[in-house]
Amino acid sequence: MELAATIVLNGLTLAALYFIVASGFSLIFGLMRVVNMAHGTLYLVAGYVGYAVFEPLYDQDLWWAWYAGLAAGVLAAAVFGALLQQVLLGWMQGQELRQALVTIGISIIAADQILAIYGGNPRQFFAPDAIFGSTQVPLVGGYPTFRLVQIGVAVAVGLGLWLLLNRTRLGMMIRAGVDDREMLGACGVNVPLVGVAVFALGAALCGLGGVIGSTAQPLAMGQDGRFLLISLVVVIVGGMGSVTGTAVGAVLVGLAEQLGQAMFPTYSVVLTFVMMVAVLALRPQGILGRA
Amino acid sequence: MRRGLAIAAALGLLALPWLLHAVLPANQAGFWMGNILGRALVFGIIAMSLTFLATYGGFVSLAQMMIAGVAGYTLAIFVEGAVPRIVGGAGYALAIPLGVLAATLMGLLVGAIAVRTRDIYLLMITLALSMGVFRFVETNITWFNGYEGIRNVVGPSLWGLDFRNPWVFYHVTLGTAVLLFAAVMYLVRSPFGLVLQGIRDNPRRVSALGYNVALHRIAAFGVAGFIAGCGGVLATIYNIGISPGTIGLGATVNVLIMAVIGGLGHPVGAFLGSLIFTVFDTFAATIYDRDRFNTLIGLVFLVIVLASPDGVLGVGARLRRLLTRRAADK
Repeated sequence: MELAATIVLNGLTLAALYFIVASGFSLIFGLMRVVNMAHGTLYLVAGYVGYAVFEPLYDQDLWWAWYAGLAAGVLAAAVFGALLQQVLLGWMQGQELRQALVTIGISIIAADQILAIYGGNPRQFFAPDAIFGSTQVPLVGGYPTFRLVQIGVAVAVGLGLWLLLNRTRLGMMIRAGVDDREMLGACGVNVPLVGVAVFALGAALCGLGGVIGSTAQPLAMGQDGRFLLISLVVVIVGGMGSVTGTAVGAVLVGLAEQLGQAMFPTYSVVLTFVMMVAVLALRPQGILGRA
Repeated sequence: MRRGLAIAAALGLLALPWLLHAVLPANQAGFWMGNILGRALVFGIIAMSLTFLATYGGFVSLAQMMIAGVAGYTLAIFVEGAVPRIVGGAGYALAIPLGVLAATLMGLLVGAIAVRTRDIYLLMITLALSMGVFRFVETNITWFNGYEGIRNVVGPSLWGLDFRNPWVFYHVTLGTAVLLFAAVMYLVRSPFGLVLQGIRDNPRRVSALGYNVALHRIAAFGVAGFIAGCGGVLATIYNIGISPGTIGLGATVNVLIMAVIGGLGHPVGAFLGSLIFTVFDTFAATIYDRDRFNTLIGLVFLVIVLASPDGVLGVGARLRRLLTRRAADK
């Protein structure tokens, strides 16, 4: 019973991280129709830029070192995403495959440049004392506090996104843009600006995941591919462009991964993909995707 | 005229080793043949399986390197002399067809899974599938020897000619490439190929004509799997073994880069792209910086995608149109 509870909690904390990263991917895809193959790269950019800010401050024992790193990482990812949309992707709107190829090119170059600047050694953030250590959880016992914080952040992100999209003027414009860009433009809305804002927001979410993920587990080259793949699987399972679908997908993938690792470690990867294939066969648009 | 051109090109490639030998010092001629031309042909075959799907079916699949890897792993698992010995006991005459068969089946499976998806969805799903196989292979020790991979797949001896000899390898690879290329050109003019191109242009109309669209799509993936399998067997022999890295994200993207740089408009683009990629890969050290090959090839890729979506072939076609217009103006 205790083991089962631990596995489920592990799965949920992992799902929380996956949701934060994949929600940005899903947002950009759902609203801009861009498959951002550089999404994992945004994770790396946020991680390394955040680390560069965090490390000197941490060495001086400043309590806000981690928060500064977090802010820097999120900001770096947002700027990177906005530039990507403004400079490269904006003028090829509608050419989905070409946009995907462009982002693949960007991801190759960016990953290589990060490797050139920071080298191949893994890095890790250290969370501030307030959210470090362990907390007593019923049924499970002592559990790392930071992983519980992860769940809190994911819930906040989910709620925030839902409120933004459904309760604000910007959200209204974004949703209108999905259905009819021309009409939105004709209503006097600066559509390209909305596009840049969506891209910056999606990238910022990935950046948030980048710093939080790099606190829970090491930051190293290759994480870009891993998180791109996770984002793909999560939105394919959950349904592309739906916030709720992304949450469902993240929970399923996170739980499947932890269950698999506990029960049959060698084949745990397969479980995730069997799930994806099963969803594809029954509902190609994903569990909560629009047909 | 085009057929004449193709035959002339094939004969030229056939004679190239002797030509190289006459021009370059002996060690450099061997280097060019084995490490550049041979390698470009091997990966050109794998890239051609992607180009075939993209050109005639409109599917950009990122699973082709993984499918090639299935052939390579099957070969390595069954062949005698591989280290570690996993099943062994089979000669190359049996293991090579087994590998190609496994890749064909994998191609059909990928086609069946992705059959209801198009465009970028297909791109995402094939990428996810190939990464799934990659991570499975990386963690499974019993069948794939995990991270280490399987070494010492040296290749057969044909009538006393050893595969490790670059001349032999080059000519076998060239022969395979030419045969596959000719088969693709023949296939796309056959009824099957025409239906496939009809599906690319308008699946609903083809379906209304009474053709089974899904079946044709799956079959096209099977054909592409066969091509990728041939490339995978050759690549495994070229690398003297196989490890998960050869089907990882980097390798998968590299094949896409080759196909896109060369041009997705015609199967010959795959070989052009593969040659350009290999030359850059080999001489990156002299061009930019030894460790920064990825930045270099990424930039080339980006420029091609931004400037000419049809790759080098598209640039060539555009130049040709420009020149003929000039000539007509005069």
